[in-house]
Amino acid sequence: MSTDRDPQTMRVVTPRRYGEVIAGIILALILASLATALMSNDQLDIEAIPRYIFSPVILDGVVQTLLLTALSMLIGLVLGLASAILRVSNNRVLAAVAWFYVWFFRGTPVLVQLIFWFNLGVLFQNITIGVPFGPTLFSIETNDLITPLTAALLGLGLNEGAYMSEVVRGGVLSVDGGQIEAARALGMSKGKTLRVVVLPQALRIIIPPTGNELIGLLKTTSLASVISFTELVGASSRIYSANLKVLELLVVVSIWYLAITSVLSVGQYYLERRLAAGSGLQSAPTLGQVIRDGILGRRARSLRGSAHNNPGTGEEQR
Amino acid sequence: MTSMVEAQGIRKSFGSVEVLKNISFTVERGEVVCLLGPSGSGKSTLLRCINHLEKVDAGILKVDGDLVGYAPHGDHLREMRDKEIGLKRSEIGMVFQRFDLFKNMTALQNVAAGPVHVKGVDRRTATENARKLLAQVGLADKADSYPTQLSGGQQQRVAIARALAMSPKLMLFDEPTSALDPELVGEVLKVMRSLAEQGMTMVVVTHEIAFAREVADRVVFMDGGVIVESGPPSEVIDAPRHERTRAFLARVG
Repeated sequence: MSTDRDPQTMRVVTPRRYGEVIAGIILALILASLATALMSNDQLDIEAIPRYIFSPVILDGVVQTLLLTALSMLIGLVLGLASAILRVSNNRVLAAVAWFYVWFFRGTPVLVQLIFWFNLGVLFQNITIGVPFGPTLFSIETNDLITPLTAALLGLGLNEGAYMSEVVRGGVLSVDGGQIEAARALGMSKGKTLRVVVLPQALRIIIPPTGNELIGLLKTTSLASVISFTELVGASSRIYSANLKVLELLVVVSIWYLAITSVLSVGQYYLERRLAAGSGLQSAPTLGQVIRDGILGRRARSLRGSAHNNPGTGEEQR
Repeated sequence: MTSMVEAQGIRKSFGSVEVLKNISFTVERGEVVCLLGPSGSGKSTLLRCINHLEKVDAGILKVDGDLVGYAPHGDHLREMRDKEIGLKRSEIGMVFQRFDLFKNMTALQNVAAGPVHVKGVDRRTATENARKLLAQVGLADKADSYPTQLSGGQQQRVAIARALAMSPKLMLFDEPTSALDPELVGEVLKVMRSLAEQGMTMVVVTHEIAFAREVADRVVFMDGGVIVESGPPSEVIDAPRHERTRAFLARVG
């Protein structure tokens, strides 16, 4: 079949997406009825939410949550990096120790670990540092050392380290063996190869799951309320145990967690973007572009397009 | 004067498969030796034993008069420490089939990596020298490109420059053109040819018969873990004495 029209004027038109329109209408109806049900419910004191969200007790809880998250993550990162390196090292004893550490701390509930550390004083009245079976250098009563904060840091940090160990190890193993051989052939030692060639490349692989870990840890810190550490959930429970506005305060707490998680996600996004730029891969779009494209459905297509940044011709310039 | 490479009675097995069966061979200073042979003949393994990327099971292997990877200890040999092996390896350049450039570094940083991180040369001097080497392999304009932005032939030329940056006494090439598109093979062979003309001692595992005929001083044909025959290309390639050599050349030629 032939037409008389110039093919250039035959534009391609995207068909209307009726499915999306129908789903949108149904969603709007559900949300509207949910909102009405909540607003008209006199069991829920909506006005209490803005009243408590910036109250001093809650704000202090936020600060404690952030502090506990940051310090636990720091401990986790150090332990994770160290144990991952030990696991790929030639020293079989240290590799076994690292394996046992991951197995044990990943295999027991973090809540159990927290309660254990908090009750360490029951098991050992004093903590002593010295030469084994020899002279004592330093001794302290366990209950002076183990406060809610130190117990929480021990429990969360050691547990996080076990998870981070696997994250780091995965990143290290993702670097292909050929480059390691090439580094060794140049005369680099194992340590230098790890530092100069392997870890910089592993970092890009490690960042996304580490962001995941950090967000997970942020919420896991709420368990520390069980050992009377007053973080965000602990702070809210102090208020609602007095005024019984349990649900309102849980909304307050959830808003804070969502807000912090969102900020962390944005930070992670820009960190990944910077690392990708350094690797010579195509630089990722800005966050604004991602959100716009995501809403308009262009993201998937542009991702597929950039996957073929054809190294064959060597003509591309940065 | 000692030979550059001196191998006697080299044995190597992977599990129950013996891939090198009592190999002895030498490479003289300034000599270009091409190792030919079918896949699985042990030629790459032999090459990798020279800088101790593979550990030999038995035998003496000396580069420039020194044992590589092992030190004599009573009546047996004991593996050297990581540092000592590294020192020996730093004198031997190696080029791999899959280029294996460091992907986190630009071409320039790749070439400077050895001198900076192994020899402790200051970064400025190493970078200057790296620029010269990139120019030598015809890639002065690609200094700031990352490996993913380079073609296979360009990557392999960077890899050669990276090995040369260590001022090696000996260069090992492990099938340097096997992973390249046919039209990119020539640019890599050209760099290798000029290196040979400058008098570099080279051991090249290759399937490029024409290159071997033109550039090699000596061709070693291996099959089944043994050296079948060895001699100047005019003999081994053009007038092979052994049936196995003839059959192989008929297949690849």
